[in-house]
Amino acid sequence: MLSIKHLKVSINGKTILKDFNLEVKTGEVHAIMGPNGTGKSTLASVIAGRDLYDVDEGSITYMGHDLLEMDPEIRAREGIFLGFQYPVEIPGVSMANFLRTAINEKRKYLGLEPLSGAEFLKLMEDRKKLVDIHSKLTNRSVNEGFSGGEKKKNEIFQMAMLEPKLAILDETDSGLDIDALKVVANGVNKLRSPENSTIVITHYQRLLEYIIPDYVHVLYDGRIVKSGGKELAIELEDKGYEWIRKEAGVQEAI
Amino acid sequence: MIDLFKDNFDLIRGNEPETVTGLRHQAIETIKTNGFPDITTENWRYTDLDPLLRSVYDFDFSNQSRPFDISKIFTCDVYDLDTFSVTLLNGWFVYQNAPLTTLKNGTIIGSLSKAMEVYPELVSRYLGKIAPMEQPGLTALNTALFQDGLFIYVPEDVKVDKPIQLINIINSEKPVMFQPRHLVIQEAGSELTLVHCDHSLTHNISFTNSVSEAFLAKNAVLDFYKIQNKGHNSGVINSSFFSQKQYSKLTSSALTLNGGFTKNIVGSVLEEPECSATHNGLYLVDSNQHVDNQLMVDHAAPHCTSEQLYKGILDDEATAVFSGKIMVRRDAQKTLAYQNNKNILLTDDAKANAQPQLEIYADDVKCSHGATVGQLDPEAMFYLRSRGLNERAARQLLLYAFAAEVVRRISIEPLKERIDHLVEKRLKGELSICDQCVLHCNTKEPTVFNIDVSKL
Repeated sequence: MLSIKHLKVSINGKTILKDFNLEVKTGEVHAIMGPNGTGKSTLASVIAGRDLYDVDEGSITYMGHDLLEMDPEIRAREGIFLGFQYPVEIPGVSMANFLRTAINEKRKYLGLEPLSGAEFLKLMEDRKKLVDIHSKLTNRSVNEGFSGGEKKKNEIFQMAMLEPKLAILDETDSGLDIDALKVVANGVNKLRSPENSTIVITHYQRLLEYIIPDYVHVLYDGRIVKSGGKELAIELEDKGYEWIRKEAGVQEAI
Repeated sequence: MIDLFKDNFDLIRGNEPETVTGLRHQAIETIKTNGFPDITTENWRYTDLDPLLRSVYDFDFSNQSRPFDISKIFTCDVYDLDTFSVTLLNGWFVYQNAPLTTLKNGTIIGSLSKAMEVYPELVSRYLGKIAPMEQPGLTALNTALFQDGLFIYVPEDVKVDKPIQLINIINSEKPVMFQPRHLVIQEAGSELTLVHCDHSLTHNISFTNSVSEAFLAKNAVLDFYKIQNKGHNSGVINSSFFSQKQYSKLTSSALTLNGGFTKNIVGSVLEEPECSATHNGLYLVDSNQHVDNQLMVDHAAPHCTSEQLYKGILDDEATAVFSGKIMVRRDAQKTLAYQNNKNILLTDDAKANAQPQLEIYADDVKCSHGATVGQLDPEAMFYLRSRGLNERAARQLLLYAFAAEVVRRISIEPLKERIDHLVEKRLKGELSICDQCVLHCNTKEPTVFNIDVSKL
């Protein structure tokens, strides 16, 4: 589904990702872990199409297409979803209006009829349950006045509405208490299917107790220095990142 | 101008009380001494009146206030907006039954010229009391030459349930200048909603110089809307002055959707304790339109609150000016006063000048002011696009949201929905000047102005 090869990314001339490689197949859940400032969020932004970054080398292929050629909205309509680490507050834009526009733009792109008002509301009610949202979203502005936990739940809610093929969840666990974390993880698990894939970006192992990954990758200094199964996350939790740092340092020395 | 006054003196004077005639003489003297504002005058630095003043206008001083079925020209297209509607055609009051209507609750609505005849004492007591004539300005010009306009009197404790809608229509084949004058008197505890729409029916050059005065007695509540959607060749100077007594509450909103040259002047005096005054503004301008909002909020008494929120979106070579002054006098302790002006520029050629000013003589007050001129938030743009909205749709949504902060302050639900819809249409480039504020023009080829979001 997603194939990243030899990716080199910089911002204002400063290299963040270097020789980054990742293969994600349909139905898989990959966790990308690593200390702060190693390029995790940069990776998420580049896949979603944020134009702040320069891709200097390498390629990203998504479902056989050159992803880097696509505008962010085309990527979204093709099924890529980014769950933001810091969801943006947009006062004055109602959640319902925004999501209905988003869904119908996607449907139009896919050659489908737009959802009617009633169909949309029904879908919204249904998906709200998934992440335990009780408030009427129809008259609330996008993320405005939402607590940290509500914002993250809202990201998963949007994911549930848009039904992506590839979801990238950027630090979805940050700032969540254990109850909210369970709700969010539960939402992600319910959306998991053999047809879609998920990349979970996280600093801590905690989230991975609830969203069980197929693969765990450790990102350090702009590239993946270690990959393994879910047990790697537990190992990291025990030993800390210092262990990875040493190992990476040794590798470089060799 | 002076000769014009002398030559038409009898026509202008009509049957008005002596005091009003006295005001006119005073106004003429002011004009002789101070003249008209130019770009060296304070608050006129960025708004050049000269081209408007240089045009040759027709004046018609003969009384044209008359019965007329306005529904022949217009149908209101705010379906749910149930208003008591009155119309000024070329500055003159037009009516279906009588020039002055007295409602069951004692409220008097009608022609100012007639009111001066029928209620000379009432008019004399208020007219010209808060419209300042001493500065070089157009208030003096209006005072010298006005003949008609809207008169409203609301008796004590009367709540006028239907909004009163004033429709100001210009329909002339020649360049014309108008001096409408409005007077609103609210007795203690009364409540009133007034919707003032400016509209031009033709594309000819016109210059409207209107002055409104509103007096809010103790506990009175006034909700005042000014909606402007005018042609390219129209010039409008709207001056509104508000006097507030204890516990009174004022909300005014100036919504400029289109307008060749527009200057809204607001003078708001909080004369007694515990008053509140909110002034909101929204302007959406493009091509070479110019809009200027000048406010002076004068806190003369303690424990009063005032707030101003003015927002604008400017495209092409459009220009906007905001000069807002909050004056807190020595006795006005415990004043809360806030002011904010935000602009979004869509091109390099659009210009916004913001001049917020605070003048504070009391020591126990909370005041703030701020002004921003900028572009749309790139983070928000990316957020929307990452959900599948294209650039244009995302911009429209954000611009609409930017404007919505002002629109959602409208308290009349049908009007809010209508304005909301008009703003949306305006931002999509679908609003013509004939697609009126609250009227629907079905006579002319629509002139569509377009705020082009793709330029951002």
